[in-house]
Amino acid sequence: MTDALDLKVVELAEFVAGPYCGKLLSDFGAEVIKVERPGIGDRARHLGPFAGDRPDPEASGTFLYLNTNKKSVALDIETEEGRTLFRQLVADADVLIEDRAPGELAAMGLGYDDLAAINPGLVMVSITPFGQTGPYAGYRAEHLNLYHASGQGYLLPMWAINLDVPPCQGPGYLGLYDGGMAGATAALAALFWRGSGGTGQHIDISVQHAMMHLERSQLRRYVDDGKSPNRTGKGRLLESLVECKGGEYAVVILSSQRQWEGLWRAMGKPAWGMEPPFDTQKGRSENYHELRKRLAEWAITVTQDELFHAVQAEGSAAAPILTAEGVFRSEQFRGRGHFTEISHPVAGTLEYVAQPTKLSDFDPGPKRPAPLLGADTEAVLGQDPAGRPELSHTGAI
Amino acid sequence: MDGTQAELQAQGALDGVRVIDFGHVLAGPFCTMQLAALGAEVIKVETRARPDEQRAHRGDGVADDLEGNSNFFEVNLSKKSCSINLSMEEGRELAKRLVATADIVLENMRPGVMAKLGLDYSALREVKPDIIMLSLSGFGGTGPLKRYAAYNPCFTSVGGVSHLTGYAEKKPNTMTNSGGDARAGTAAVFAALMALTVRRQTGRGQYIDSSSCEVINSMIGDQMMDYAMNRRSPKRHGNSDADLAPHNVYRCKGEDEWISIAVATDGEWQGLAAAMGNPDWAADPALSTASGRKAAEARLDALIGEWCAGLGYVEAMHLLQSHGVAAMPSFKAEDLFRDPHVRETGAVAEVDHPVLGRRTTIAPVLRMSRTPARIYGTAPRLAADNSYVFGELLKLPEEEIRRLEDAKVIW
Repeated sequence: MTDALDLKVVELAEFVAGPYCGKLLSDFGAEVIKVERPGIGDRARHLGPFAGDRPDPEASGTFLYLNTNKKSVALDIETEEGRTLFRQLVADADVLIEDRAPGELAAMGLGYDDLAAINPGLVMVSITPFGQTGPYAGYRAEHLNLYHASGQGYLLPMWAINLDVPPCQGPGYLGLYDGGMAGATAALAALFWRGSGGTGQHIDISVQHAMMHLERSQLRRYVDDGKSPNRTGKGRLLESLVECKGGEYAVVILSSQRQWEGLWRAMGKPAWGMEPPFDTQKGRSENYHELRKRLAEWAITVTQDELFHAVQAEGSAAAPILTAEGVFRSEQFRGRGHFTEISHPVAGTLEYVAQPTKLSDFDPGPKRPAPLLGADTEAVLGQDPAGRPELSHTGAI
Repeated sequence: MDGTQAELQAQGALDGVRVIDFGHVLAGPFCTMQLAALGAEVIKVETRARPDEQRAHRGDGVADDLEGNSNFFEVNLSKKSCSINLSMEEGRELAKRLVATADIVLENMRPGVMAKLGLDYSALREVKPDIIMLSLSGFGGTGPLKRYAAYNPCFTSVGGVSHLTGYAEKKPNTMTNSGGDARAGTAAVFAALMALTVRRQTGRGQYIDSSSCEVINSMIGDQMMDYAMNRRSPKRHGNSDADLAPHNVYRCKGEDEWISIAVATDGEWQGLAAAMGNPDWAADPALSTASGRKAAEARLDALIGEWCAGLGYVEAMHLLQSHGVAAMPSFKAEDLFRDPHVRETGAVAEVDHPVLGRRTTIAPVLRMSRTPARIYGTAPRLAADNSYVFGELLKLPEEEIRRLEDAKVIW
């Protein structure tokens, strides 16, 4: 028996943040209806990666991953007819996820107040770079800009040799996922409150704020001593990146005497490791450059895997720096169901990263692929206002 | 505002939900702090016999003072604290009695430790059949690596993000020292709320065994698709984008000030040119298309860099944004905490702490119009709420509490 989440969600959002928010609900069985622009669709459809690098808006890897288990409705809310249908769609929805610039929907008569008037129980989640209010509410930002605007970018690449290394954004679209995660969490919290006798409400997610919050443990160092922490990470003995035999990398943890002793045993107990200055945390910290050199000399003689297991066998922490290939090969990931096979009418059968949150006693049912553009328009709306125009390959960007 | 509205505004989304928090260090506490910000009552179970490392650990050593650590403050706001020594049988019994009153239990000990203490899901289910339990660990509670030690740089490494962070010509980067923990903790807030939603629908509790490596990898799940489709591992690429240019950071006039600029459309390119005063070089028709700009990226970066060098990074942001260009400073903490937008939107707050004094901190993220997430109180002193927990909640007689204190069960 499966028990899909009893929720109707409308998603008027594209690219990464809003769609990830929707995915966090659709992957648990909520009915998520994605509203896309006829003929063009979600910007992510045009981004790739594509199989064989052949662009196809129905088979972008980014889109496929972020839109599993959703329906797609092609609907142009720039027209009055489209807005009428959109209102009907939202009238009995539990959640609306949207990512338009602040004020844009209100100007079309689709703001929170307009929609709450027809559906007081609606939980509307707005996810934007800087939130709905404040001096930067109308400012533009791509993932690059948000990573830097949040204070996270200034701290990367951590362990930079000096400040001539420019600050750097984080991997992929990580910051946009952070915004989507905040949106989904807030939606569930709002639904919980509604179910406890509350009403609908409007949620204002600022991606910048969400990312700042995730960096609070580092940013607070400024509050401690009045100095902004930076990417050189000076004065803190915590870890070291090492290159292993064959050119793969690993990280070893150096944060305590106990960690050091395990690592030292894994290295074959070299005499210097228990002699001054390397025998204390303070001494190793003061001689970090030389310590790193000695660690590097050892690490290059073992493979990434050998290093990982040897250090862990001694009770200390270490880890391989995995590429995507390494992730897909990992027995740990595989053994825990981190991948799920999904068949898509255009992209075929592929292994996707699965939802990492798994509930022990809840089966949301079979996995469905991301929808083709407008695939569910007639079934959901009872009509197809756009008449299925040919999907453009030229892109939204 | 009438009375009803005022009352509604005073509510938290999770009012009435109780969380027993066996979390320590970062990921676990980061989760429960956010549940507390939503109105849940979070009771941290800790002990002097083995204090939360985060209370004691300071920079390069261990401090005697368990009440003065700012990182503990940062991840334990709005919680209550009680002291129970779980290494004693009576302590474990007390903990179970507490769980019997709760909705959610969180722990992030090494896999297997809760079972050894007799406090694993099957044991806790006996005292509270619909309990929701979350276990957070680096690699997860099952699989060949379940016993392996993992700190933040380990999750980012195994989770695939380190390989994708940093500059193409340089080594991979383990990122900062807490972003992986913070994301694991934040994903656990989502997991807890999903389990509460499901409990309301089905009446059933849940166990959630969350792996930080898996959480972080799922947040670059799109990057994994290139391997799934083409057996190709994506590479790190610094601040650049595969298709867009300019898309980089540029050094500004102030000390270590850099501004990020991303041009996604032809219109934004024209805006950038206008912001720079329409220099002759920007009129080159080759730059009027995305592919033309990408082909000229190195030259563009040099020219834009020259222009940025004459401006402060905040000044550059305002000027560029006024021309519709996505441009933001790579904010230093000092400027972020002072920034007018951050201030006006309440993204930072002041909180008093008995030892640390008044501190600026980053406010909860979830701006909900009727039930906003907020800071309900400072980080608790160890055992600050013992009389509430043992007296009011568990209704232990005073002499029994005293006996348990003397026996160092309540400790």
